[in-house]
Amino acid sequence: MSVELPVLSAKDFASDQEIRWCPRCGDYSILAQMKKVLPTLGIPREKFVFVSGIGCSSRFPYYMNTYGFHGIHGRAPAIATGLKVSRPDLQVWVITGDGDALSIGGNHLLHAIRRNVGIKIILFNNQIYGLTKGQYSPTSPLGKRTKSTPLGSVDNPLSPISVAIGSEATFVARSVDVDIKHLTETLERAAHHQGTAFVEVYQDCNVFNSGAFYYASKKGEKEENVVYLEHGKPLIFGKNRDKGIRVNEGNRPEVVELGSGINEDDLLFHDELATEPSLAFMLARMRSPEFPEPLGVFRAVERPVYDREVNAQIVQAQESSGEGDLTKLFHSGDTWTVE
Amino acid sequence: MASTDVSASEEVNGKKLEQVETVVIRFCGDSGDGMQLAGSQMTNVSAAFGNDVSTLPDFPAEIRAPAGSLAGVSGFQLSFSAHDIFTPGDEVDTLVAMNPAALKTNLRDLKRGGTLIVNEDAFDKSNLAKAGFQDNPLEDHEALSGYSVHRVPMTRLTRDAVSGLGLSQREADRCRNFFALGLVYWLYERDAKPTEDWVRAKFAKKPEIAEANLRALKGGANYGFSTEAFTVHYQVAKAKLAPGKYRKITGNEAVAFGLVTAAKLAGKSLFYGGYPITPASDILHELSRFKSFGVRTFQAEDEIAAMSSIVGAAFGGELAVTASSGPGICLKGEAMGLGLMTELPMVIIDVQRGGPSTGLPTKTEQSDLLLAMFGRNGDSPLPIVAARSPGDCFYMIQEAMRIAVEYMVPVIFLSDGYIANGAEPWRIPEVSELKPIKVTHPADRDGEDEFLPYKRNDKLSRPWAIPGTEGLEHRVGGLEKADVTGHVEYSPVNHQHMTEVRSNKVDRVADSIPELVVDGPESGKLLVLSWGGTWGAVRTAVQKCNANGASVAHAHLQYINPFPKNLGDIIGRFERVLIPELNTGQLRLLIRARFLVDAVGYNKVQGKPFLVSELTDQITSMLED
Repeated sequence: MSVELPVLSAKDFASDQEIRWCPRCGDYSILAQMKKVLPTLGIPREKFVFVSGIGCSSRFPYYMNTYGFHGIHGRAPAIATGLKVSRPDLQVWVITGDGDALSIGGNHLLHAIRRNVGIKIILFNNQIYGLTKGQYSPTSPLGKRTKSTPLGSVDNPLSPISVAIGSEATFVARSVDVDIKHLTETLERAAHHQGTAFVEVYQDCNVFNSGAFYYASKKGEKEENVVYLEHGKPLIFGKNRDKGIRVNEGNRPEVVELGSGINEDDLLFHDELATEPSLAFMLARMRSPEFPEPLGVFRAVERPVYDREVNAQIVQAQESSGEGDLTKLFHSGDTWTVE
Repeated sequence: MASTDVSASEEVNGKKLEQVETVVIRFCGDSGDGMQLAGSQMTNVSAAFGNDVSTLPDFPAEIRAPAGSLAGVSGFQLSFSAHDIFTPGDEVDTLVAMNPAALKTNLRDLKRGGTLIVNEDAFDKSNLAKAGFQDNPLEDHEALSGYSVHRVPMTRLTRDAVSGLGLSQREADRCRNFFALGLVYWLYERDAKPTEDWVRAKFAKKPEIAEANLRALKGGANYGFSTEAFTVHYQVAKAKLAPGKYRKITGNEAVAFGLVTAAKLAGKSLFYGGYPITPASDILHELSRFKSFGVRTFQAEDEIAAMSSIVGAAFGGELAVTASSGPGICLKGEAMGLGLMTELPMVIIDVQRGGPSTGLPTKTEQSDLLLAMFGRNGDSPLPIVAARSPGDCFYMIQEAMRIAVEYMVPVIFLSDGYIANGAEPWRIPEVSELKPIKVTHPADRDGEDEFLPYKRNDKLSRPWAIPGTEGLEHRVGGLEKADVTGHVEYSPVNHQHMTEVRSNKVDRVADSIPELVVDGPESGKLLVLSWGGTWGAVRTAVQKCNANGASVAHAHLQYINPFPKNLGDIIGRFERVLIPELNTGQLRLLIRARFLVDAVGYNKVQGKPFLVSELTDQITSMLED
C-alpha cells in the first residue's frame, strides 16, 4: 500500500513554545538544522519522538512540534530504549549534553550504544554545566577554572567519541553547531543509520564557556584545527589544503606537509566501514593543538539492531507456537481436578 | 505425630497406616543437597493428589556457602492437609536433616514427639566440627529423647542403589535427596509418579542420571517399607477444596500469569523492564518465556534504567511494568516520580525482603510500605495494592494494572519473599470469568484547536495519546505542567493546583475498589488488621481463637493507598485494634495518623513469616487485658 505523505517543511516542526535558551546559544543552530533535516526523511511528523535528559540541551523536545519526552538527568537513553523496543515503528532521537550523557548518565549511554538500539543520540558538548550555572563537566579540559574549580580542574576529561567507540558503537560522528552544512549532513547520515547513531556536536555556551570551540568553528582558525573525514579519501587540512595526516612507523598519526616528497598517497585514507574500530579510535584521540580534530563520520558499520532482534524473537515465537493462549498457559504443567 | 489428631488407623503389610489431617515436613541440608528440589517435588505430588498445600522455601543468600557450614543450610518446609490451610505450619512434624549443620539449625522447630530422619553417614568428624559439635549429637540420647529418631545411612544406601550405573561417587551422592524423598513418600503414602515423570523429562538427555535418581527414590521407599524402624506410616486425605481444576502456583508465577492476562484481555502488549534481584528475578524469568503473547522483556543495565525504560514504553502505549525488591525500588524512586509527573500508567512491583540496604536478600519482610508511600521527592502519592497469598498475586497484579490505566498513574504492587516463593494450589480460572481492562487512546483532538494532553475526565485522568497519532503531537516531562494544556508552568497557584490534583486523583481510586470485609464479629473488643503476605497466618490465628470461644474480628487490606472507604468506620466499631506486621509498625503509623486511633502493633523482623501460635498468644493476651 502506498500512502501519499504530506510534504513537510522546517516550519512544520517548530512548536508554539517560546525558546528559552540564552541569546546566541549554540543550541539554536542545532535546533534549526534538525528542523531542516526531518522533513527530508519522508517520515510523518507524528512518528518522531525526541527524548531528553536534564540540562540546557534537554529542553530541545519542547521546541519541536513532534512527540517529545523531557526525562530526568542522564536517563534519556534508557527511556528511549523502552520506547523504541516497544515501538520500533517510531524514529526516536535522544538529545543530551556532556554532563547528562557522560557523567550522571554514563551507564545508560554505554549500554544503549553497545546494544545498538535503533535510536539517534545527539550529544551537545559545551564542556560545562550550563543549567546549574558553570561547573566543570566530564569533558572540561584539565586546568579549567570554573565555579567549582577556582584553582583549575584536576579532573581528567574524556572524549565522547572514544567512549562511543569503546562501547562498540556502529555509527559515530562529530560536527560543530555553527557549521551549518556539515551539521545538516551529519544529522542526515545519523537519521539514516540502522542502530545507534552517536553524534557529538561541539556547542558554544556563550555564557559560561564562551569560545571553547572557536578554534574549530571560527573562520580563519578552524582551517588549521579541524580535518574533515570523508570515506575513502585522504586526511587533508589547512587553509591551503597543504597538510595531511600520515601514520608513521610507530603506528601513530603525525601531521605532515604535502609537497617536498610527500604526496596524497602517503596519507591516511579514511575508512568509516572498517570492521575493526582501531582507526576510528586513533582518530578520536587526535586533539588540538597537537592535531587537527576530525569532523565527520568516524565509523558507520552494520550490526544487528537490538529492538529489531527483540521483536523478531516475538514474531518467531508466534510463528512457531502460535499466538499465546491463556487457557493453554494456565493449564500447562501438572494440574488436577477437585470434584 | 501429626498436627491434628489421628482419626483412624489400620494395618497394611504389617505396618500401621494412620489417617492424619495436616502434616508439616521440612527438608534441610547443605545448599548443594537439593533440598529445594525435594521440597518442591513433595509439594507437587501432594497438590496433585488433592491436598491443600502451603510452602516456605528458606535458603541462604550465598549460592554455595562452604559445604557443611551452618551458613550453608538450605531448607524447604511444606504443609499439606485434608482441609484448607493458609500457612506452611508453625511446628514441624517430620524433619529430614541431611547433615549436622542442618540438624543444629532446625531441630528447635521440630515438635516434641516429632519424627527426625537424619543421614547418619554425614555425621563424620569433619561435618560435626563444621557445625560446631564437640560430640556426635546423634549419640546424645537425652537431647533426642523427645523425638522419634531414625538414623538412616543415606549416603551408603544411595550409593548401593545406583551402583552399576557407572556414576562417579560425586554423581551418586547427588541422588541422596531422592533417597530421602522416596522415604518420605513412603512415610506419607505419596504417589511418586509425578516425580518420576519429572525426573525422566528433566534428565531425558542423561538417561543414566535419570535412572540413578529413580533408583534412589525407589530405594528410599523400599527402605521405609522393609525396615523395622518404621512401624507406622500416614495418610492425608484429599482436601475439600472448591470444585475445579487446580495447579500449584507461586506468587512470582501468579504475577507473571496475571500480567500476561491483563495484556491479552486488554488487547495490548506488555513491556517488562527489569534488573536481576532476589527475590523478584523469577518474574523476569517467567515473562521472558511468554514471547508468543507479545511480551517484550528488557533486562536493563541497572534498576534506574529498568524503571526509565518502562516510563518510555508507557509513553509509547504499552502496558509497562517493572519488578524489584527494596534496594532496587530505592534506585527507581526518581523515575517513578517522572512516571507520576507525566501521568502515565505503569506498575512497579516490590517483592519485599529483609532490609535495610542489602539486608536479608532471601528472607521475607514487610518493611517497604513506607518506602512505597513516601519514597519519592515532593508530594508524590501513588496508589498501592498488596497481594495476600501466592494465588492472590494473579488477581491483584491485574487490579494494579487496571488502576494504572484507568487513572493514568504508576501503581505500586507489594509482594514479599514469602508469597513470591511460596506455593499453594490455585484454582485455574476460566478466561471468560476474567474482566478485561479497558484501554483507550484518543485518535483526535476532541474538538479542540490544539491537543490538550492534561485535560481530565471525571477520574481526573488525562488522555493516553500515543506517538504515531497524527495531530496529537505533544510533549511531556518532569517539569511542572499547566493543567489542561500540559505546557511547562512554574506559577505558584498552578503548582498548588497540580499537587492537589495529583493527590485527589489517587484518592478517587477509592471509588473503584471494593469495601473492606470483616471476618468475624462486626463490632466488639478487638479487630486484627493486617495487610500483604501475613494474611494466611493472621486468618488462621483469628479463626483458631474464635473456635476456642473468643470473639475477635479480622480485616485484611489488599488496597493500602487509598484505603477502602469503609476502613475508618470499621476501626471505629472496635475497642482495640491490633496490627501485626513483619516490620516495626509501618501500617500502624499510617492508621494512627489517618484515623487517630491508638492501634497496637505486633511486630516481628526475623526474616520469617508469623507463626500462628505467636499471633494467637498476642490476641489472647489482648482479649484478657
